[in-house]
Amino acid sequence: MMAPSAKHSSGRKAYLNARLVDPAQDLDEKGGLMIEDGWILAAGPKVTAQSAGSGTTVFDCKGKILVPGLIDMRVFTGEPGNEYRETLATASEAAAAGGITTMIVMPNTNPVVDDAAIVDYILRRARDTAIVRVAPMAALTKGLAGELMTEIGTLQEAGAVAVTDGNRAVANARLFRRALAYAKDFDMLVVQHAEEPTLSTGVMNASETAGRLGLAGIPAVAEVIMVERDLRLVEATGARYHAAQVSCRMSVDVIRAAKARGLPVTCGVSVNHLVLNENDIGAYRTFFKLSPPLRSEDDRRALVEGVKDGTIDVIVSSHDPQSADTKRLPFAEAEFGAIGLETLFSASLSLHHNDGLPLSRLIDALSTKPAQILGLEAGRLAPGAPADFTLADIQMSWRVEDHLLRSRSKNSPFEHRTLEGRVLETVVAGRTVYAYDPAR
Amino acid sequence: MTTVRNSKRLIEGQHLLGTESLSAQEIVRLLDLGERYVELSRQIDKRQAVLTGRTQINLFFEASTRTQSSFELAGKRLGADVLNMAVSTSAISKGETVLDTAMTLNAMHPDILVVRHPSSGAAELLAQKVSCAVVNAGDGQHEHPTQALLDALTIRRRKGRIEGLVVAICGDVLHSRVARSNIHLLNKLGARVRLVAPSTLLPTGAENFGVEIHRNMREGVTGADVVMMLRLQLERMSGAFVPSVREYYRFYGLDEDKLKLAKPDALVMHPGPMNRGVEIDSNVADGVQSVIREQVEMGVAVRMAVLDALARNLPGGGNA
Repeated sequence: MMAPSAKHSSGRKAYLNARLVDPAQDLDEKGGLMIEDGWILAAGPKVTAQSAGSGTTVFDCKGKILVPGLIDMRVFTGEPGNEYRETLATASEAAAAGGITTMIVMPNTNPVVDDAAIVDYILRRARDTAIVRVAPMAALTKGLAGELMTEIGTLQEAGAVAVTDGNRAVANARLFRRALAYAKDFDMLVVQHAEEPTLSTGVMNASETAGRLGLAGIPAVAEVIMVERDLRLVEATGARYHAAQVSCRMSVDVIRAAKARGLPVTCGVSVNHLVLNENDIGAYRTFFKLSPPLRSEDDRRALVEGVKDGTIDVIVSSHDPQSADTKRLPFAEAEFGAIGLETLFSASLSLHHNDGLPLSRLIDALSTKPAQILGLEAGRLAPGAPADFTLADIQMSWRVEDHLLRSRSKNSPFEHRTLEGRVLETVVAGRTVYAYDPAR
Repeated sequence: MTTVRNSKRLIEGQHLLGTESLSAQEIVRLLDLGERYVELSRQIDKRQAVLTGRTQINLFFEASTRTQSSFELAGKRLGADVLNMAVSTSAISKGETVLDTAMTLNAMHPDILVVRHPSSGAAELLAQKVSCAVVNAGDGQHEHPTQALLDALTIRRRKGRIEGLVVAICGDVLHSRVARSNIHLLNKLGARVRLVAPSTLLPTGAENFGVEIHRNMREGVTGADVVMMLRLQLERMSGAFVPSVREYYRFYGLDEDKLKLAKPDALVMHPGPMNRGVEIDSNVADGVQSVIREQVEMGVAVRMAVLDALARNLPGGGNA
């Protein structure tokens, strides 16, 4: 994990009069946060103006919420190889504006992150150019070709936090079983894009809508049969497995049952799948062309339930910058993917506002759980943890317009929508990397 | 040439992208006008100057001799300057996108752009970006509205009505824009639509399209007033969607034996081009019940009606 170059700011600071929400400590109360040299010294109701003492720089949070910085487990950038879409630097600016203090970047770059030297390159570029923390997942197979295993141990030593083929499924069952068995020896997390490729040649959810639009469908079974296959292999090998994104009710049910059986399984969902559904595609709107595809309203509700009961561990942005020339095309020809770093928190808050998701579970899914799954120190407001946190007004609404977005690509599915909840300040290693500017 | 400037508005929209967005009233008005153009087209002087000075560009990203000729003739009979652009072999292969091509053409100030494209939604995409009227001449597997209009005109002239008729649409519904446009249109005009196809050639959710579904063709055509066959494309035949041409013809090809189950005066239709011996037997295609050649004639008339209707909504067209 590489923190930004100006690693921390020295001097003691206290953020007072906040509503602290830290699922790691089961904390949701008024209080303050004391930090020094990039680390948290204390958090809780006892941190007040009196306890801060002289020589401490004091900030009044005016009752806004203060949470551990968000950890986004699924971010695609264009660096290296497609910097015109997004660099680590521009992605980090977007992340900071979205309250994200750690981005986990995917290996689907050019060259592919399948070698320790590329892991090292990403970490050094992040150190020199990014304003939030960056940690890469490395490829599970060489060149993402799905044929040969990468050097999992060496990649781990170089700083990769997991192995995955990113937006490609590892379809070969023999290879996947071996990779799980080998990764288990290193306690390396294996992350799968669960989708049977031969059933996934379509461009949207296989449904009546697809039938009407004349678009080829991707059925939900394409996802669930891959999840089921993988769970059998996890059971056989004991490896830690994470389904990067689930999109349908069946997958939630299958993973719920697997967890009940005690399998070392976790899964994520993109915020897009939690707040949008296939009807948002409307008249062939390619910003809603995602992989896995947006599914039915019934599936969306099952996903929200899955987040509520903890079957779905984490919420990700699945940030995937695409330029106009890959999106302004007929639907079937356009690329998959949507940007989401800047809207992850605001869009997720609608689950709290509208779907009854407790704030603590939301922060758990956006910060604490990702840290636990990846073995990161962050994701909590406890003394000794890195001073990575986010201050937000969960009631302030704002309208998403592309000129406001910092990402180099503008393919946001929330364009022109009003979201309720706004990040006010983002702090990484004690240093403010984003502060809300009402004039912007 | 007869000069007729009629300003009566026939349809609401600026474009014709599909039959799904047309109302029953709009469809009937287009068919009525099409009827008049059938008569005009049978005269020696077939021209009528309703599009004089207008420029019509036929932009075909997918080759289609018959549809393009039909639109070309329709435009010319109405006095438009018609330009045919076949793009599939030129610009696209050089990396130019649909929108690049459209924007280039838009700069030439056409009044009507007739678009055929292999991707669903391409006509919609173009319509959002250009300032002229767009006619969808077939987009991927989505819609082909003028085909459905010409089919309706053919049926109405033969049967005197559409409401209450049983229309069996048979074959590769999954990949057919003709089927989708016909389903919408016929439903709006009160026909009883049946889809007849193997499960592998039916779209997901077809049971919610307001149609009856039959996997058995004999049952599907029984008592039908109209049997509308769809073209099975060659690449779909071997193993991918159906096991073989031979098996497909046996169970889903329209032969005299199966046709006997329909009403004695049932019409046989096909949008063309036909695969004789695959989805339709030659004797049936050329038989007394076949109105396939008449469909071609109706095609020109209906396209004249569509071009006329859209021109009325253009700036300077009487309604704008």
